[in-house]
Amino acid sequence: MAKYLLLKHYRGAPAAVNDVPMDRWTPEEISAHVRYMNDFAARLEKTGEFVDGQALAPEGTWVRYDGEGRPPVTDGPFAETKDLIAGWMVIDVDSYERAVELAGELSAAPGAGGKPIHEWLELRPFLAAAPTITECH
Amino acid sequence: MDEALLRSLTPSVLAILVRRGADFAAAEDAVQDALVEALRVWPADPSPSSSSRGDPMRDPKGWLVTVAWRRFLDATRADAARRRREDRVEEEPAPGPAPAVDDTLQLYFLCAHPSLTPSSAVALTLRAVGGLTTRQIAEAYLVPEATMAQRISRAKRTVSGVRFDQPGDVATVLRVLYLVFNEGYSGDVDLAAEAIRLTRQLAAAIDHPEVAGLLALMLLHHARRAARTAPDGSLVPLAEQDRGRWDTESIAEGVEILQAALARDRLGEFQAQAAIAALHADAPTAEETDWVQIVEWYDELARLTDSPVVRLNRAVAVGEADGPRAGLAALAALDDSLPRHTAVAAYLHERDGDLATAARLYAEAAQKAPNLAERDHLTRQAARLNAQGEERSSSPVQDESP
Repeated sequence: MAKYLLLKHYRGAPAAVNDVPMDRWTPEEISAHVRYMNDFAARLEKTGEFVDGQALAPEGTWVRYDGEGRPPVTDGPFAETKDLIAGWMVIDVDSYERAVELAGELSAAPGAGGKPIHEWLELRPFLAAAPTITECH
Repeated sequence: MDEALLRSLTPSVLAILVRRGADFAAAEDAVQDALVEALRVWPADPSPSSSSRGDPMRDPKGWLVTVAWRRFLDATRADAARRRREDRVEEEPAPGPAPAVDDTLQLYFLCAHPSLTPSSAVALTLRAVGGLTTRQIAEAYLVPEATMAQRISRAKRTVSGVRFDQPGDVATVLRVLYLVFNEGYSGDVDLAAEAIRLTRQLAAAIDHPEVAGLLALMLLHHARRAARTAPDGSLVPLAEQDRGRWDTESIAEGVEILQAALARDRLGEFQAQAAIAALHADAPTAEETDWVQIVEWYDELARLTDSPVVRLNRAVAVGEADGPRAGLAALAALDDSLPRHTAVAAYLHERDGDLATAARLYAEAAQKAPNLAERDHLTRQAARLNAQGEERSSSPVQDESP
């Protein structure tokens, strides 16, 4: 019983194996891809492993405090290289192995040519609240 | 209305319905309905005036059985496909309450059935044995209610074919209760207290030294909870805890239960863990802790479980009993990828006086910490040593007075 965040990136992650931009896919291929993701989420709901999932817009802004009385700085010096997160899914599973298995399945979503895209997904465990029993020395 | 009373009645009410012929999933739904109904209609305060009306407070269990059975029949009746079975059930006169203690035990076994994943077993136990609502369980585990509802109904489907009178395995039940106890708490249910309540109930239903051992272990750990975190939520290490804030009543009860269990000479891992917890709880000050005996108990525990985590804890105890060098030697024999290995190394190096290494290892351990409180604690330890180091190097002529 541990929660994991599955992160999908617009960019910043290594290239997928089946690396064709989505705007070059056929509409049917896009539909198949979307259906795969939805089915995946629905299946996790049924197994009681789904916590949350959202997609994010590609436009992200970096914001920084710029001193008393001044407006925050927006969009810093990272414009060309910054990592962009496309969306996430939070799962609650029995083991790390299960989390990896699910991330692998999600990475097999069909892409161009109906073939799995083999994209890299980032898998991050939640830092949970302190379990009650652990005593620190 | 006494919610704790309601919850404590849940397993026996459920067991009675199942004994009467209701299938487990339907019985469980009916009992949940009856609990919700009880919360709605039972008087908030059982005063003499209310008990004169022949109300549920005089026989809460009988009331729950009646309401749950009626709900079960209603639900069954509504299901046309089940009509024939329902007729059969209704024709049979309902037997009186079966021996409740025995039935409750079967329920524990069923909810911890090996065919369930750990998280499903935990959810089903909390709902069917603990009487918690799906919402309460979902809140406690920080997942959506719909997710928890699915987890529970899948669990119910998984065990629906299991015969209720099949003898179960105590070890799996204990593992599930231990998992419940180890969760933090959120929402309106304290899972550690809930685990203690369920283990207490189990101990009343079955005479088994390891059940007693687990109950003792939980009581002894729970007794220290108030002292374990500072008001800001940060961890307080065992040695620095205000022992005046330990719950001495729980400690006394835990020690008593443990001693009775150990006297039966059927040692198991929970008894051994409880013995270690008891030695900590017994010491009036951290300095007076009987580390030599604690090392002996860790040896027992390692023999029983062969767990590398146990050997890691043993290395800490060796460091206290025989000095940090001995602890580091014990640690060197273990795989350094073990959780908390780096944190233990940091601590032993600090006690050995190698503060630079300790600071580096604390910082490294913080990166690997499994939870926020521990990460913050380890980061503070690293920061403390680094600040000391800077002080020393910036004022080299001064004495290094503590």
